[in-house]
Amino acid sequence: MDAKQRNEAYNNYVKAKIPKTRPWPTLFYSFLVGGIICCLGQGINDLILLWFPNMAQQTAWGYTLIILIFLASFLTGIGVYDKIGKFAGGGSIVPITGFSNSITSPALEFKHEGIIYGLCVKMFTIAGPVIVSGVVASVLVGIIYLFI
Amino acid sequence: MAKIQTVKFKNRPVIIGSYSIVGPKEGQGNFKNYFDYIMQDDRFGEKTYEQAEKKMIQHAIIGAIEKAHLKTSDVDLLLAGDLLNQIISSSYAARDFSCAYLGLFGACSTMAESIAVGASLVNGGLFNNVVCSTASHFSTAERQFRFPLELGNQRPPTSQWTVTGAGSCVLAQSGKGPIVTSATFGKVIDWGINDVNDMGAVMAPAAMDTMLTHFRDTKTTPDDYDLIVTGDLGKLGSEILIDLMEDQGIKLGLNYNDCGQMYFTREQSALSGGSGCGCCATVLNSFIMKKLQDGKYKKVLFMPTGALMSTTAAQQGETIPGICHAVVIERGEE
Repeated sequence: MDAKQRNEAYNNYVKAKIPKTRPWPTLFYSFLVGGIICCLGQGINDLILLWFPNMAQQTAWGYTLIILIFLASFLTGIGVYDKIGKFAGGGSIVPITGFSNSITSPALEFKHEGIIYGLCVKMFTIAGPVIVSGVVASVLVGIIYLFI
Repeated sequence: MAKIQTVKFKNRPVIIGSYSIVGPKEGQGNFKNYFDYIMQDDRFGEKTYEQAEKKMIQHAIIGAIEKAHLKTSDVDLLLAGDLLNQIISSSYAARDFSCAYLGLFGACSTMAESIAVGASLVNGGLFNNVVCSTASHFSTAERQFRFPLELGNQRPPTSQWTVTGAGSCVLAQSGKGPIVTSATFGKVIDWGINDVNDMGAVMAPAAMDTMLTHFRDTKTTPDDYDLIVTGDLGKLGSEILIDLMEDQGIKLGLNYNDCGQMYFTREQSALSGGSGCGCCATVLNSFIMKKLQDGKYKKVLFMPTGALMSTTAAQQGETIPGICHAVVIERGEE
């Protein structure tokens, strides 16, 4: 058996041996927490509209997002959000709060390397790809929109 | 002439002092009663985690020297290494000691690498007192190899928990204590695993290779040892090693275990177990040394494994090479 065959056989053996993540409980907690975050967002939005009845729906959405982003950032700062994430997985990553966490956490982590080279540079190490994909997607959609 | 991998130390270098220091989480693990010092806070009073890791190494080196009833000026040579880029924790810690210094990098196998090199130098009569040391810190390793601490991500079940801890021991030509009788220097082994979250599978073939070489060169079998202990293969990796050895016709029995697998309690959610240089270093310099001194163990095969990984190489699609060094430590005469 040559090295390539041996490596392939070993990789297959390891793949079969690796403990798998249990899908159902993971999905359940993820939807539970994700759902709670969404309900919280809807609640904040409704409260804003209740207290400021003259506000446009669009503006209220903006404020809701700002509040959610602040909350996630704050929870990251006091060391709570990673505990929620450990339990919820995708449920706390997919909503905008996860995006906020992914920017705040490297900012906290790298502040000792200085404001510019540490905090500012490293802030987007995780969120960067998301922003790039978002911008590229919007350009593509814009081009399609131009022709229809 | 056959290639040499295993060396015997005829002049019997002695481990005259050993010391371990661990973080708060490790201090609640299965070895909590054996460590010399448990930190209250994993920053150890420093501003950054990197500085804390450096201070841990210094603390462990001084602790081992004091337990050997020596002064820092008695030490001839310091052998140390850690996981950080350019092994900064060890080299920066070495600034405060006025002795010769060799920085070693064997990833998590550094403890055995330093003892093997140190014992060779002492056995040859070239140095009198050699200090071997290594450390790892959960927070510095996470940020170098993985994600920021506060990021809310889930860890896969194969991932391991880097131990916050440092261990040191002092080797001397004579004195009281356990004796290093032989060492097998490992080869770099790569069986094509590229999953950075599955270090056990990366290192198990290296452990197998070194173990086979060791048994062949010393003409021993697993039954000749009271304890055969790998460093941080974790739960999955040690199961793989048992399977691989069985394929080679050697059965590892109850005297085999893995430091990473034993380190944490089930409630501590460390998934596949502990890892990092500090994992086996703190177990060796606390639990194993005490058991050797008490006479519970007479002959221990200590063989930590290391994944010689770099995040850059892994991102470029390279598979991960592993290594394993073995040292035999025996109970000395009283």
